[in-house]
Amino acid sequence: MADMRVCIADVYMKNPVITASGTFGFGREYNEIYPIGCLGGISCKGTTLNEKSGNEPPRIIETHSGMLNSVGLQNPGVDHFLKEDLPWLKSQDVAVILNVAGSTVEEYCKIAQKVSDSDIDIIELNISCPNVKEGGVAFGTSANSVESITQQVKMHTKKPVMVKLSPNVTDIAEMARAAQSGGADAISLINTITGMRIDINTKRPFLKNNIGGLSGRAVFPVALRMVWQAANAVSVPVVGMGGIATAQDAIEMMLAGASAVQVGTANFTDAYAPVKIIQGIEKYLDDNGVCDVNDIVGQVKIW
Amino acid sequence: MSYIQQKALIVKKEELAQGIFRYTLKNSELVSLSRAGQFVHILCGEKTLRRPISICSIDKENGVFDIVFSAKGEGTHWMSGQNKGDEYDVLGPLGNGFDTDIKGRVLLIGGGIGVPPMLCVASEILAPCDAILGFGSKDAVILEKDFKAVCSNVHITTDDGSFGRKGLVTDLLSEIADRQKYSVIYACGPAPMLKAVAMIAEKNKIKCCVSLEERMGCGVGACLVCACKTKHGNIEQFSHVCKDGPVFNAQEVVW
Ligand SMILES: Cc1cc2nc3c(=O)[nH]c(=O)nc-3n(C[C@H](O)[C@H](O)[C@H](O)COP(=O)(O)OP(=O)(O)OC[C@H]3O[C@@H](n4cnc5c(N)ncnc54)[C@H](O)[C@@H]3O)c2cc1C
Ligand SMILES: Cc1cc2nc3c(=O)[nH]c(=O)nc-3n(C[C@H](O)[C@H](O)[C@H](O)COP(=O)(O)O)c2cc1C
Ligand code: FES
Repeated sequence: MADMRVCIADVYMKNPVITASGTFGFGREYNEIYPIGCLGGISCKGTTLNEKSGNEPPRIIETHSGMLNSVGLQNPGVDHFLKEDLPWLKSQDVAVILNVAGSTVEEYCKIAQKVSDSDIDIIELNISCPNVKEGGVAFGTSANSVESITQQVKMHTKKPVMVKLSPNVTDIAEMARAAQSGGADAISLINTITGMRIDINTKRPFLKNNIGGLSGRAVFPVALRMVWQAANAVSVPVVGMGGIATAQDAIEMMLAGASAVQVGTANFTDAYAPVKIIQGIEKYLDDNGVCDVNDIVGQVKIW
Repeated sequence: MSYIQQKALIVKKEELAQGIFRYTLKNSELVSLSRAGQFVHILCGEKTLRRPISICSIDKENGVFDIVFSAKGEGTHWMSGQNKGDEYDVLGPLGNGFDTDIKGRVLLIGGGIGVPPMLCVASEILAPCDAILGFGSKDAVILEKDFKAVCSNVHITTDDGSFGRKGLVTDLLSEIADRQKYSVIYACGPAPMLKAVAMIAEKNKIKCCVSLEERMGCGVGACLVCACKTKHGNIEQFSHVCKDGPVFNAQEVVW
């Protein structure tokens, strides 16, 4: 049996499969279906300093091979997370990644400080949420602000910081480099790609927010390309996501340079998707005589 | 609350009315967990999102349950293309369901495709039940016999008067609520109908619970897309139809 352990930003995980922020809550709901302790890690719902109620519904519409969402970071706030969710999550023996969002740099820093002495393993800096008016993606689309927010958050916390990049930019490699020079311990990508759909009968957008973020299998080739470009631009570990639904997708991501992967929308289609992906990667390694999962990272043979 | 994701074998398929299907599905584990008002989330071929469909009847002894759905879009059309011997991949049972431990008389109100879930309530509840079922026209009337088998009085309305009483369920409700004492009204159907039912119930000081619909992702409470506005005292907040509902106390719903 191949060794599936990976190490991201000095945090060991039992395998490279992490569930993606916003699609897996804080783990409890899926733990009803299978023990979430089998996962490498869980990236929790985007958490803000104070409770946030989110956008008006409808917040979701299906698209070809994917979906749009406009949840708008509904969450109970960081204090609630630390008190109610974190102790339980830690007891499940899984790496806990806290996805953090804010509308000002100060807010990001305050949360980072609050969790500095907590039991979370990694902060995932969400500067790429397309569904909130202020903040979110506003910090993620210029190299200067990516570098500066990463730097400031790093100054306020002892926890490793993984910067989650937005795909809604012209040069993803530039953003990856900016995060790295700001001191990021890892980067993750992609967040959702902004999109829209209109109901031709009512002439209204399906989403009350008019636009939303595209995720699911439809985005996979775009995500793969961006992960490859980002991984080539930086030396810190890259966590790849966007449309991963099968072990094959996950392996492609790792060959492109991802040290670990996140699985989001696929959970909605098949609650067991992350479990099947873990098993599928193991089988691929065994079938190909690879004894350590880290040995496939970045092994794509470019023409 | 507990749910599973498993295959369910289609043991029977029946077209009740044009484009309205009743499927009997076998999965004893899922059935053993189910109660009235809950739903299952069904995988539809290559579709990214599952489709939420209410449980219409539960047969614990034989480990089977029924669903009734209208084939309207791509997902439900795919579902109606599956036949006896095929399997659905189902996640469920999901949601809170109706409280069936009621003393006194219960009035069940169903509108259109909101009728089937009320059958399950009628069968599970021990208290005497009456039902008002509303449909577009005679061709769309479904489950009349099934309701008659488990309810004391079954009233049917059609929008065009081609069967039963002409008009809306709420026309009849106003009359009946005056004549008969009910401890609770349970309703499922289109939002405008539910809102009207809730108003009449409030006017007559009858407790009322409604089953709401919202577009869903995960179906289990993890993704927060299925938000609906509710109020608790003066505080408004977003609840989630899949986990906090689909059944809500009508007084808590912000229409
Ligand atoms: C708790 C609950 C119970 C339900 N029970 C039943 C039932 O017993 N019988 C029945 O016929 N229908 C029921 N519905 C409605 C049913 O889910 C939709 O008709 C179905 O999802 C439509 O899918 P489609 O692919 O055919 O339509 P499309 O319009 O192509 O669907 C596109 C997307 O919108 C969603 N969607 C469309 N209409 C609705 C709707 N009314 N509610 C929620 N999501 C919707 C779909 O799930 C899909 O994600 C229920 C809905 C909910 C929320
Ligand atoms: C319903 C929903 C909610 C999401 N919420 C968040 C969030 O709170 N924070 C975040 O960084 N990303 C969020 N995302 C983005 C995902 O984490 C992921 O980056 C994206 O969906 C692409 O991966 P996928 O195709 O596997 O879903 C959300 C995605 C969905 C579908
Ligand atoms: S559908 Fe995901 S929370 Fe309700």
